[in-house]
Parts: sequence; C-alpha cells; structure tokens
Amino acid sequence: MSEVLYSIAVEVNGAQRAGHVTARTSLVDWLREHLHLTGTHIGCEHGICGACSVMLDGEPVRSCLMYAVQADGHRITTVEGLAQPDGSLSILQDSFCETHGLQCGYCTPGMLIAAQALLDANPRPTEAEIRDAIGGNLCRCTGYQQIVDAIALAARRIAEGAT
Amino acid sequence: MSTSHAKSPYGYRYIGAHRRTKEDPRFVTGRGRYAADIALPGLKHVALVASPHASARILSIRTDAARALPGVRYLLTGEEFCAATDSLPIGVDAPKVTRWALARDQVRYAGEWIAAVVADSRALAEDAAELIEVEYAPLPHVTDPEQAMEDGSPLVHLAHGSNVILHRNFVWGPVEEEFAKAEHQISFRAIWNRNATVPIETFAVVAQWNPGTEILDIWASIQMPKYPDQTARALRLPGNAVRVHYDVDVGGSYGVKRGLKHTVLVGYLAKRLGLPVRLIEDRLENMRGGDMHGPERTFDMTAAFDGDGTIRALKIKAVDNVGAYAGRAPFQLGKPVGAICGSYRIGAIAYEPVSVLTNKTPQEAVRGFGQSPTNFALERTMDRVAQFLNMDRIALRQKNLIRKDEFPYTIPSGSTYDSGDYHTVLDKALAAIDYPALVRRRDEARRAGLLAGIGISTCLEPSGGNSAFEPLLNPKNETTTWMDSCLVRVDLSGAITGIMGTSSSGQGHETLVSTIVGEILERDPAQIRVIHADSLNALPSNSPVGSRMAIMLGGAAAGAARQIKDTLIAIAAHNFECAKEDVDYRDGNVSLKGVPEKVMRWDQLVEIAHRKFHQLPPNLEPGLQAKFVWEVPTGGGLPTPDGRIHIYPCYAFETHIVYVEIDPETAAPAIKQYVCGHDCGVMINPDIVHGMTYGGIAHGIGAALYEEFTYDDNGQLTSGTFMDYLIPSALEVPPISIVDHCTPSPLTTFGQKGSGEAGYLGAPAAVANAVNDALAPLGVEVNALPISHLAIWETLSKATRDGK
Repeated sequence: MSEVLYSIAVEVNGAQRAGHVTARTSLVDWLREHLHLTGTHIGCEHGICGACSVMLDGEPVRSCLMYAVQADGHRITTVEGLAQPDGSLSILQDSFCETHGLQCGYCTPGMLIAAQALLDANPRPTEAEIRDAIGGNLCRCTGYQQIVDAIALAARRIAEGAT
Repeated sequence: MSTSHAKSPYGYRYIGAHRRTKEDPRFVTGRGRYAADIALPGLKHVALVASPHASARILSIRTDAARALPGVRYLLTGEEFCAATDSLPIGVDAPKVTRWALARDQVRYAGEWIAAVVADSRALAEDAAELIEVEYAPLPHVTDPEQAMEDGSPLVHLAHGSNVILHRNFVWGPVEEEFAKAEHQISFRAIWNRNATVPIETFAVVAQWNPGTEILDIWASIQMPKYPDQTARALRLPGNAVRVHYDVDVGGSYGVKRGLKHTVLVGYLAKRLGLPVRLIEDRLENMRGGDMHGPERTFDMTAAFDGDGTIRALKIKAVDNVGAYAGRAPFQLGKPVGAICGSYRIGAIAYEPVSVLTNKTPQEAVRGFGQSPTNFALERTMDRVAQFLNMDRIALRQKNLIRKDEFPYTIPSGSTYDSGDYHTVLDKALAAIDYPALVRRRDEARRAGLLAGIGISTCLEPSGGNSAFEPLLNPKNETTTWMDSCLVRVDLSGAITGIMGTSSSGQGHETLVSTIVGEILERDPAQIRVIHADSLNALPSNSPVGSRMAIMLGGAAAGAARQIKDTLIAIAAHNFECAKEDVDYRDGNVSLKGVPEKVMRWDQLVEIAHRKFHQLPPNLEPGLQAKFVWEVPTGGGLPTPDGRIHIYPCYAFETHIVYVEIDPETAAPAIKQYVCGHDCGVMINPDIVHGMTYGGIAHGIGAALYEEFTYDDNGQLTSGTFMDYLIPSALEVPPISIVDHCTPSPLTTFGQKGSGEAGYLGAPAAVANAVNDALAPLGVEVNALPISHLAIWETLSKATRDGK
C-alpha cells in the first residue's frame, strides 16, 4: 500500500515548517515524529484527556483529533513555543514551577496550553474560570490544586506587571 | 490550600522549606524525556491483535495477508514466543498459572494479546494487524469471583485445578472470646469495584539488541522492583545482558506501570530482528490488555463491640478478583495485614483473604497495594457501628484511636506502628473545617431540601515499602531483603552528583536526594545534580513502591553524604595534624576548632581527594565518592508460625473531613468542602508531599464516585475509553485544604515517613461516608464503590418507591 503524500505549510512556534504527510497522519504525530517536538504528549487519542493540546491560531485544540493536513496554512503553538523569546520561562511556566503545579509532567504541556489560552483571553480569571478552562485536561498526579494555584499566581503576576 | 514555608519549620537549612523542585523546569518547557520520545535510527513499531472473547480456544491464526503488506517486518504469535521465552513469575504458590505476553492455544480474557506485528510505522503495523484472521472456539467464561469459586465453574487455568490461587485464614488474638464477650455485633458487605490509577501516559517500551556487545537496551515507562532481573529471566538471558535505562521520565504510574509482559515481548522482537522496536499502548490496549487494573474486592465485615463504643474484635473476609493471570497482584491482600486494624485499638482480628481467578483483565499493583480498599471497609464499619449505637462518629473514633502515649504500638497481626498523634491530627482537621459550622451548613442544606452529608475517615498510610507479605502469603518465598541505595560523588570541580538506581514517575526523587545531600554537606541543593543510573551500573534498588523513597532513598542519600562529610573532615584533620574531633565543618569548609581563620575550603579538600595523594590520610580511598546501601528499617523478619509479621516500618496518619451535597432532582453528587489532616512526620519537600496528597485525594474521589472498569455479561470491558471510565477533572475535584502535623518517626534519618500514597488511603472512605450520611435521612445506604451518579439515582428512586 503506497500512500499519497500531501504538502503542507504550517507556522509552528513562529517558524515556517513544510511537511509531506499522508492524509491520515494526525497533527500530533506530525509534530512529534516529523518535527521532533516531543513536548506535546499523547494520552488517549480520543480527545478527552487534553494532554496533546496545542494552540491553533491562538485557540487550544486537541492535536490527536486533527489531521496534519488540516493545519495547512495555520499557526500552531506547542509547549516548546511558550517560553519568552530569550528562552527563559514565561510567567506561566515559572508560576507552575513556583507552586509545583505538576509532578510527572505528562499532562503539563496540555495544561500550560489551556492555561495560556485562558490568560490570553481573560487575564484576571476567577478560580471557577480557571477550573473551567482546565476542565478538559486530565491530570492524575496533582488533584489540580497546585495547577489552579499556578494559574492564579501567573494571573496576579501578569496583572502586577501590567500596572 | 496548605501553605509552604520559605523556611524550614523543623529548623533545618533546606529540609521542610519551600524550595522549587529540580524536575519541574524540564517539564514546563516540554523537555521531559519519556519512553515515547526515544527516537532510535531505524526504529520499528509494534501493533497487537487482541482477543474479542473472554474465553476461547484459538483454532488457527492466518497471517499471510498481513505478512504480504509492504513495510511489515515480522509477525509473532504465541506458538513461537512461548517456546522461546519463559513464563512470567507469579508471586503466590500457583506454578501452573503460567503467563506470556501472547496467548498460545487459549485466551482467558477479552483483550488478551494473540499476535504482534512489527512494521516500519505504527500505522502500517495496525493495518497489518487488522488483516490477521483468528479462528476461535468460544469457551464458557466466568467474571464473578463468587461464581468462580463454585463447583462446576469454568476454570480459567485448567491445570491449576481451581480458580482460587490464594486462600488463608488468619486469627490474631482471642477473636471468638471477644465476640462472646461483646454486647453487640454487626455484619455487612462492603464492595470495592475494579478501578486503577490509569496514568495519562500509557505504557511504552523501546528495546534494542546489540549483537556486538550482546546487551539488550531498554527504555520503558516503568515503576517496578526486580524489573531487569525478571525481564532477563523470561528472555533466558543473563542478568547482565539487560540494561534498563532509568533516566526515562515516567508519565505517572502510582503502582501500575509494570509492563513486564510488554518488555519481554518487545525485547524478544528486538533481539530476534536485530532492530530497535517500540511498543506504545493505545488507550484501549492500556485499559483492556495492559494488565493494569486494580483490586476488585468484596469485604464481609463483622464487628464485635460494646455499648460504650469499644470495638473488641473484627472478622474480615476479603475476596479479590485478580483477573485471568497473576503476578504480584494477590499480594495486595497481604499488605493490609500490616495495618489490619487501621488506626484503632482493636485487640483481636480474624482475616480471611481469598484471591480468585476470573476471565477479566489481570490485576496489577495500585497505589496503596490493597490498603485503600481495606481502609474503606474499616471506615464504613466505624460509621455503621456509630449508627447502630446512635453514637457520634467522631466520638466513636476518638474512643478507639490509638493514643499518642501507646506508641510504639504492636497490632494483633504483628506489625508495630512507629509513632503518631491521631487525636491531635483529628482535632486540627475539625478545627480547620470549623466542624460545628459545617454541621450547621449540612443541616441548613437539608432543611432547604438538599441531600447533604459529612464524611469522616481516620486512616493509616503504611510506608517504607517492605515486602514482608511475600513470605507471609507464600511460604516458599523467603524474600526478606528490600533494600535501597544511593551513590554520592564529588568531582574534581567540586560539583556534587547523586546517583539513584531506579526510575521516577513524578515523585520528585531528584529534589529529594539533592535536598538531603545539601542538608548534610551544607551545600546548595540547586547546584547538586541527581541522575538515574542504568540497571547495569546501578546500586541495588527496589524502586519507588510502597511510599518508600523518602525513607529509603532519602536515608541512603543521607548515609552517603555523611560518609563524604566524614572524609572531608578526615582530610582536614590530617593536614591540620589534629584529631577529627578538633575541627568544625561549616558550608563544606573545615576549620580548626576555635581558630576559624585556619580553614581548608571545599575546593582544597576536594582537590586533595582527587589529586594530592601525598596530602591524603593513609587508608583513605582516593577520589571522593560514597555509596550507601541499606535494608528497610525493621525489615528482615520472617512470619511466625501463627502468621504474625512485621511489615512496613513507618505509619503516617490521615484524617479526611468531606462535605457532599446531592441534588435531589438529578442525584448528582458534588463535594463542597474538603479538609485533610495529615501527619507523615518530617516533610523533606512540603510542596511535593502536598502535591501527592492532593493527587491521592483526587484519585480517591474517582474511586469513590466515578471510576470503574465495568464488564458486560459476555466478559467484555465496557469502559475502555475516557468517555466511559471517568477520571475526575478540575470540576469534580474541589479545592482541598491540607492541615499538616508532624510526629517524627523514630526509625528514619530525619523523622520522615512515606507519603506517596497519601490522600488515596483515606479519601474513598470519607467520600463514601459523606454520601451515606447524605442518604441516611432516607434510611438507605450504599456500600459499593463507586457510588456513581447512577447508583445514587437508583438508590433514591428505590427509596421513593419504597415510600421512605
């Protein structure tokens, strides 16, 4: 069985990336296997756990539920693209370290994507809004408490920086 | 939330202070390195063919079409594999219950693997797997353990002659006498249905055979004692031909990541093909054929007690459905022997554990190793006794809790609890939640028409991970050694490296080791590197099981660091020409006592150790490294002839107070308040301990309300996705408040106890008690977990129909 390859052009973490993929190649497999961006993790491959979350044109999506060809012409941000331009941790990433908002780290990239999308849209979320925003991302280690704390801390720090 | 102090509350320099972990930065930047991230040149991929039948004879396997597919490299069935490898070990004495990764002749559960395809990509391997045709002759199956014990039941393993693989009767103390003397007794059944820890990362393993060195390299998401040894044995290789790379990050485990069968399969394929081979379970494979389900246990509880609330004795029968094969899982009936009376002064206990084979997915170790189900049954018993006596549940517990002045306290089954102050921890938790106000809140909610309940549990977390239950449940097994170790090196530049001999799955061991080594050597932990050796150059470890690493790895790191410190002191004393007692050690520098300006600095001492043999004291080993290997404290004993055994060294305590409201219209439960009082001794890193406790509580909420591996009448798993197997999200898990207390353990280096299973050991009991308190005004109760939304609905509907 020889499969047809499709050419795609996707902006990934600010860089233009070209790919040749089969129609059935999922976005997460392209990111992980072709671009070696292994920060995005696979948890369930049916769209529930949120571990594979990336941003598509600034909105969080499940990269296990998208085909790579569907990303053609779009802008993708993965966890590798969240750091500041000089490579230092973003306020959100640093806040996760401050509150220990993770343990095994496996759900963390998806959590960061969901949280960053929340803060981009709503810089001063309530606790209920934070829980709602990460409600589609499963974590088995933390019981979510220190993740919620991290996102709230990041929001406070962003607000302090803005004033 | 619980607060972490910038400074150590214990007076230490680093231990107990809020300090960032060493591990977090790599994970928040996407730079973790998990097994699925290992990209070897020429890597090949495995797909599996699984049985659709719960029990069937395999008549034929047609593989021609699959083999013909371009990109397919190999096709393996049980016929070749079982002949070329040995059966996986079984812990209990049931040698005829053999087990391989691929079934041969007969399948024993739906999802059991039958064939493996190796191809250039996973997609191609899956394409080929779909082309394999298997002809089956279905056989009768049994999924209910009580039916499986009946005469005439289908036998899961005909050669074993029975479905029972473990059945013991322990009587510790004067049980019948106490029952005769007791004023009252109650009996009831508590059921813990099948769930597991279900990490978000499935099991993954990569193997590569090098014919030049004759070494099989393995990268796996593993958390398992004796993993390299058992892999080598099954592959008929010497132990030194298997090299497990423990520096792989593991995406959660909580007990279950024991993919021995996966590893033997992939290891065999890698060696057979001379190619690197990878298997990553998909979610269904993980939940159905990954063999990582937890206990499924029915408790028949009988309690004997007096009118004043004194519990005199318990009879506990625990029937556990272990599934179609067994490794160490039946031992999960054994660990609770070490805390069989929980946190209570109960002087006589009869315990009848039974482990039963059925046509379900095999069971694996799950967080707490059987203790959480046992705690649930004990805590339901306490609530039912209180209800029977119309006594306050807290007062009943306070009456029966072991008192602070009674430690060390030896329980009837032979284990000795090291230390505790259960009454104080309970009091602190009651104060933190403002218990009188909570009762008012509940009563007001009830008056407003809601079903509202408060749940309490007071539970133990045995810690220290000794496997003394092995010789207890299998007299042919004389394992009494359960050691761990650490190597600490100071290199020529003066930098410190700690080396541990196992993998981590989120517990923060690098932080643990660096904090302790830094504490003893008085050097900044942030500058101390901690690495994971591979199994060929590692010191012995029994892996992070049984809440043991703060005690065992932490103790080993301390022991090694102290040797380094002693060496530095010896070097300085030699060069000062004084006795070791006449110097002061501070911040890694050593000065002559009383003459602080006469000092040898860290860099000078390190240089002498590495380069200036002429300045090294005689009989001192050059270089600067120290290893420390030790047996688990209080370990090493065999059971007495009457079945008493000391199991874990340390016993942490947790009390949970939970407030639940149930919408009477929809029957949906919601947890509105949650406080956990916790005493695990000295916390090396409070943020890590709190994190694991929060996570354990969330996991326990799942076990109590949401999670179950359900099966239909045909023996098919009906919850193989996250649409059916419900893991609590941030919307189901409420804000949780942890109240710390510290009763140091007298047995450990800094007074620490283990906490890896914290939260999970008391949460299911407390949540179940809360739901039952909410249902109590209707005169109904539910004693089977999970108490799902549907179960509550059906209970409410029945109560309404019955006019309650």
